[in-house]
Amino acid sequence: MSDATVVLNAPAEKPVRFRGGGFRTKPLGIISPIVFVVVIGLWELGSQSGLIDKLILPAPSEALQALLELIETGNLWKHLGASLQRLIVGWTAGTILGIGMGLAIGLFSYVRAGAQPLVSAIFPIPKIALLPLFIIWFGIGEGSKIATILFGTFFPTVIATYGGVDNVDRTLIRMAQSFGVSWSSIVRKIIIPGAMPAIHSGLRISIAIAIVLMVAAEMIGAEFGVGAYILLAGSLVATDQLIAGVALLSALGLIIAWLIGKAESYLLRWRT
Amino acid sequence: MEIRLKGISHSYRDGGLTVLSDINLSIQEGEIVCLIGPSGCGKSTLLRIIGGLELPSAGAVLQVGDPPPKSLNPLTYIFQDFALLPWRTVEGNISLALEDHSIGRKMRNEIIDDVLARTSLTEFRKVFPRQLSGGMKQRVAIARALSVNPAVMLMDEPLSALDSQTREILMADLIELWCRENFTAFYVTHNLAEAVRLGHRIAVLSRRPGKIREIIEIETPLDRRSVDSPELGRHQQHLWELLRDEARAADLELANV
Repeated sequence: MSDATVVLNAPAEKPVRFRGGGFRTKPLGIISPIVFVVVIGLWELGSQSGLIDKLILPAPSEALQALLELIETGNLWKHLGASLQRLIVGWTAGTILGIGMGLAIGLFSYVRAGAQPLVSAIFPIPKIALLPLFIIWFGIGEGSKIATILFGTFFPTVIATYGGVDNVDRTLIRMAQSFGVSWSSIVRKIIIPGAMPAIHSGLRISIAIAIVLMVAAEMIGAEFGVGAYILLAGSLVATDQLIAGVALLSALGLIIAWLIGKAESYLLRWRT
Repeated sequence: MEIRLKGISHSYRDGGLTVLSDINLSIQEGEIVCLIGPSGCGKSTLLRIIGGLELPSAGAVLQVGDPPPKSLNPLTYIFQDFALLPWRTVEGNISLALEDHSIGRKMRNEIIDDVLARTSLTEFRKVFPRQLSGGMKQRVAIARALSVNPAVMLMDEPLSALDSQTREILMADLIELWCRENFTAFYVTHNLAEAVRLGHRIAVLSRRPGKIREIIEIETPLDRRSVDSPELGRHQQHLWELLRDEARAADLELANV
């Protein structure tokens, strides 16, 4: 092809169309408070204007009023204190036992062969179904409620822990063996830290389960506790108190999730 | 201390797949013996057997003479994928190899200082592995291996996970280290250029079942082997001729499994 024809038939230049992009979320910090304010504002407006029947759904301001009342009378601490105590005792015990059992299943073939089918069989039972049995065993008081929470958190923790142990990088274990590191050191310095990320995601799940079970258990025979407060409000059709109780649970869940997040970013700071 | 392999054979699943067959080999003090062979010929398995991480089906690995008295872990590995604990800093990773020995905290710190200096890592002491490049990670693994004062180093493709420039730099480091300290090592690789640069002797394994086909000796001292020397080129060519058909056959074999 001669120079002349190149000039004459010079191919058109155009930029290549950009096809990447999309499918990537970016952090927009201001959106979430705006959504909150808008939803609650619309709700308040609807209640004030009479669009929403106050008996069916009270205005946020009324729920806030009920919450303030709860604080003034000092009942808040009675209910929240009772709930928190059950939650902390049950969840901590369930978590410690669960991690112990999970490690045992992960490390010892005999324990795995013996306990894994049991865990698989009991895990899917909704633990609230066992509450009547626990009431017979441990009495109507704190025992049965704590046992329900403990049981509910134990199994997911066991499964998360031994899953984490199974996924610890085998090359790290072989490396430690090649340096003559003892069995107990391998467990403490390699297997447990290696299983930590999995254990942590287990904790996130188990705390949610624990809150659900706590409320459920408190709805069956408890004098104090957020669950009991909500149940009482419901039977009195005091929907403002009911919403206040639910908001309390939401706040509790958020605070605990935040605490776990904090612990995670400290304990797992070697990641990412 | 010398290591002598006597009639090592190995098969998986009780007489099923034979991986290694009748390997006889020995290593002298201060010598680097390279093991090369096509993929799947059992060279890594052989290295695991030498270090006591796996038991051979037949034969024995003999240790001739005693390791130096200061050696904490006479047979020490360097792995292809570094095997650093991500939750420990550089210092902590080296410390792991020392913690189970009854040496005081002070002694331990001195050893760590020493090996970090020898691998020019002193300023990275408190850094986590994820902050390091591949080459630096392998350097940490080398520092960890040096910390236990090994009699024989067992290096399992230590440079294979690195890009070619880093590999070149680290190879020069290893050569320099050898010239200074005359360490003894089995060096498994599939890279012929590495083998001719680092090996005093090169044992060529055949494909499965792995047998020693030939042992090549290279007389030129390590520090006088340049990348483009015709002698090394000749050796490399010879090794490639030995391996080419094996490698091709091994390739087909794997496809048929």
